[in-house]
Amino acid sequence: MQPTFSSSRILQPVRPWFILFSLLVALVLNFLPTSAWPWMPDWVALIIVFWSIREPRHVGMGSGFILGLAMDVADASLMGQHALAYVLASYIASSLSRRILWFPLGQQAVHTLPLLLMVQLVQLGVRAMPGFVFPGLSYFIGPFIGALLWVPLTFVLLLPQFQPVDRDANRPI
Amino acid sequence: MDHQPPPFFKRGPAPLARLSFYATLSLALLFFDSRFQTLELLRQGVSLFTHPVQQVAHAPVDFFQNAGNYFSSISRFQDENARLKRAQLDGADALLRTRQLEAENDRLRKLLDLKGRQKANGRVTQVLYAARDPFSRRVIVDKGQQDQIVAGQPVVDDAGVVGQVTRVFPFVSEITLITDKDQAVPVQIVRNGLRSVVFGLGDGQLELRFMPANADVQNGDLLVTSGLDGIFLAGLPVAKVVHIERDTSYSFARIYCVPVAGVENFGEVLVLDPRETTPLPAQLTNEAAAASAKASAKLGAKKKLPKRE
Repeated sequence: MQPTFSSSRILQPVRPWFILFSLLVALVLNFLPTSAWPWMPDWVALIIVFWSIREPRHVGMGSGFILGLAMDVADASLMGQHALAYVLASYIASSLSRRILWFPLGQQAVHTLPLLLMVQLVQLGVRAMPGFVFPGLSYFIGPFIGALLWVPLTFVLLLPQFQPVDRDANRPI
Repeated sequence: MDHQPPPFFKRGPAPLARLSFYATLSLALLFFDSRFQTLELLRQGVSLFTHPVQQVAHAPVDFFQNAGNYFSSISRFQDENARLKRAQLDGADALLRTRQLEAENDRLRKLLDLKGRQKANGRVTQVLYAARDPFSRRVIVDKGQQDQIVAGQPVVDDAGVVGQVTRVFPFVSEITLITDKDQAVPVQIVRNGLRSVVFGLGDGQLELRFMPANADVQNGDLLVTSGLDGIFLAGLPVAKVVHIERDTSYSFARIYCVPVAGVENFGEVLVLDPRETTPLPAQLTNEAAAASAKASAKLGAKKKLPKRE
């Protein structure tokens, strides 16, 4: 697979352990005590959206659900709140992945913005059921920062796949 | 015998099927968690996985904080030490007098055949972090089931009530602060002994609800726990009234308070031991038993009726 459609570079296949590693790093980033900064992007949502777009056959709703449960427990929120949001985001991302990958990176970032906003909106909707508390507009800044991070994130996460294939002297091509 | 072609591009169930499965599962979890609170075991199981990851995440933060403390100047510590000594001396006369009064109170209570007051004992815990959930006000402390913490224990700091333990995990537990939305604490006004319940508003303030518009409440009134709930010990400071709106078109006054304790400052808190349960008077328990016996007899009679027919 190529970074974008216009690129002529062909990437190596992704390594499953790297996906796992990146998801774990996102979880650690989310567990950092950053409750004082509500504008921090939801790293797990960002990484799940990224891999659902790049590798819909490796990362999908199952991983979204499991990571969502982990976030629910760690955040002391309602069970299933993050899980539902991540599952929905992963579904939409994977079904749009063929389309989104045709765009250059900047426009891919614009495509991810509504997905990340939806993650926050779903959680707001879930929490509005028992009693509405508006967490403030800064709650919606995170998705914008997440979309801005899309371009650097793509480079960092695709870095292992940019490595050249081992040279083989006997190969014709 | 013809062979099926091998599944070249096996992709499992259709995405929409998977979506509906996971979405239904999450909605069911949401429903059961918010209505029945029956998922504590699942929560504890998942926390066994998330707890180590959280510790990994907190390690660098702790390290930098400790490093900052290490390099902070010695004069600051000297200042702090002097201030603490002065505070201890300031409080010494009150403390000595309190001890004497407590002994006297015990003696008098014995003379009057009253039940002795329960002493406030507890264990000091360190607040680890505030939950990242922007919808609720909760903190996580570093003691859990291993230290015999149980859900419902009151939590105080040096100035007053901070909150209540709501969930207990193997190594940590979760404290819901009194400023959390709709967290209730039964209170009493010190000045005139008026009893009420104070609710969290979710924005750092508290509200005294269901007080009539002409209730005797004034700005600056101190609210302490009334102890009627059987959870909080009586007399712990909770909040101070800061703003009262008396609008005659509503039957209740709107009374806003701020917590006395440093509810949102995270440091060390004291988890008080659970309060001893006071048994109901014998007459009340007898009445309750009789009522329930009557009800069950009625139920039995109703059940038997169709059989006879």
